[in-house]
Amino acid sequence: MSLIHKEMKKVDHDTLKKMAHLSRLEFDQANGEKMINSMNEILDWVEKLNEIDTDAVAPLITMSEEVNQLREDVVKEELPHEKGLQNAPKRDSDYFRVPKVME
Amino acid sequence: MKTYHSLSAIQKDIKEGKVNCTTLVQFYLKNISEKAHLNAFLEVYEEEALAAAQAIDQKIAQGKAGRLAGMVIGIKDVLCYANHEVNAASKILSTFQSQFTGTALQRLIDEDAIIIGRLNCDEFAMGSSNENSAYGPCLNELDNTRVPGGSSGGSAVAVQADLCLVSLGSDTGGSVRQPAAFCGIVGLKPTYSRISRWGLIAYASSFDTIGVFSKNIPDNALVLEIMAGADEHDSTVSKKPVPAYSSLLNFNKKAKVAYIKETIHSEGLNPEIKERTLATLEKLKQAGHEVEEVSFPYLDYILPTYYILTTAEASANLSRFDGVRYGHRSEATGDLESLYKKTRSEGFGEEVKRRIMLGTFVLSASYYDAYFTKAQKVRRLIKEKTEELLKDHDVLVMPTTPTVAFKLGEHSSNPLEMYLADLYTVQANVAGVPAISIPNGVDSQGLPIGLQIVGKAFDEATVFAFADYLMQNQLN
Repeated sequence: MSLIHKEMKKVDHDTLKKMAHLSRLEFDQANGEKMINSMNEILDWVEKLNEIDTDAVAPLITMSEEVNQLREDVVKEELPHEKGLQNAPKRDSDYFRVPKVME
Repeated sequence: MKTYHSLSAIQKDIKEGKVNCTTLVQFYLKNISEKAHLNAFLEVYEEEALAAAQAIDQKIAQGKAGRLAGMVIGIKDVLCYANHEVNAASKILSTFQSQFTGTALQRLIDEDAIIIGRLNCDEFAMGSSNENSAYGPCLNELDNTRVPGGSSGGSAVAVQADLCLVSLGSDTGGSVRQPAAFCGIVGLKPTYSRISRWGLIAYASSFDTIGVFSKNIPDNALVLEIMAGADEHDSTVSKKPVPAYSSLLNFNKKAKVAYIKETIHSEGLNPEIKERTLATLEKLKQAGHEVEEVSFPYLDYILPTYYILTTAEASANLSRFDGVRYGHRSEATGDLESLYKKTRSEGFGEEVKRRIMLGTFVLSASYYDAYFTKAQKVRRLIKEKTEELLKDHDVLVMPTTPTVAFKLGEHSSNPLEMYLADLYTVQANVAGVPAISIPNGVDSQGLPIGLQIVGKAFDEATVFAFADYLMQNQLN
């Protein structure tokens, strides 16, 4: 049985706002409208999966059949401090800089 | 200098003193500059490639050269190469320089491959036409008004237009095979987990594989053989031994071939592609191979499954791009949260944003079971049915794409139309099995048609040997 009702649009302005916040994205009026439309169109399309009975099927959660082989945990300097900071858009000698978080 | 189409021809002429790595690199550099309008390369490592060529020429003279001496390679802009920029064709990674070299690429360099530059693609490998690149579209060399396919469009065109001998791409839903078909060359997607993904910028981690473009099977097989195998930097990579694919190309048995009737009778399939595919199957029958029609009832469910799972994985993978540690940061002032939002909104293109939003939606608490878990269940059905078909057959044969290369802008306003370009390629990624696209003639306009060969997991050896057999005997 489908959990989703076809008639109902899944994404409205409120949902867009909520998803955009969770995605840390922003949309202006025009782009928001476009995004809502394309998301609804795609979600309608993927609901085709509801035609398949999967009640007795377990979800496939990993593509690897091999058992994890753990390696020794050896302390190494994989990324020296200075190299780690080299791409920072804003930094000081030791840290990444971000806007003030606490008042 | 003449144009070479295989490493064996290059290495033979190097041995006979007719060519050397320096003249080879100069030849490709000249082609790259003459064909700059194709927009295949985002960056050319001119001086470095010349310096490497000189060093390798010396090694050749001393008899110490690696197995890939003479091979000039271009890499898709999603592969990390130490002290070189990698942007995933996105503004959000503009100016980003990798601090390390990915395992697969390092193994090629260790065998004396020469890396000549990084290649255009769809942003974060999301697209089927290379039109989603923040650095402009790449053009199909055969017809500059048409796309080369995607996402690895630049990698396909680089080999198609002789801008390098071999190139690397990545394939999450068809991003190597579809452009290979559109450009008339060979493109391989190996088994999931066959090659380490260390140094491959992630799109959807349970689907992503590095892939190889070439003009023939032996070059492709050799490159895979060198790149594949265990790597302590990727806990998901397979530890299975890597066969010497390039020396296992002799196909001397009667093949058991299956074709999926739904792929042939699918509505969207271009009639000329259908005809070419059936003609190849007929030739195989004539040559004494067993060709059987089989049914795969899930064809129309593969793309929906793929889009639910890959957008979910992408929304998680791309959360790391926040403007704090690397890449673009918005100039707009504000608090930390608005820094994230402004940075990501300015840095990502429309298709990437759409996939992050869809992924966030299908993973959100109210929809998780209805979409994400449902797709994971259907993925199991698709994988098991694919494996079942491959248990009784050596390979599955089908068209690589439903259409030939389409016009720039033809599908860019409708995401769903674009997604359908991967109708036949995406099965191999959802099931994790290897697949290759080889040329299968051209249509009445002279545009290339691809033939896809899908094999059992970790049985690239059969896929390569069968593909080489088809190409050598001109059955394709």
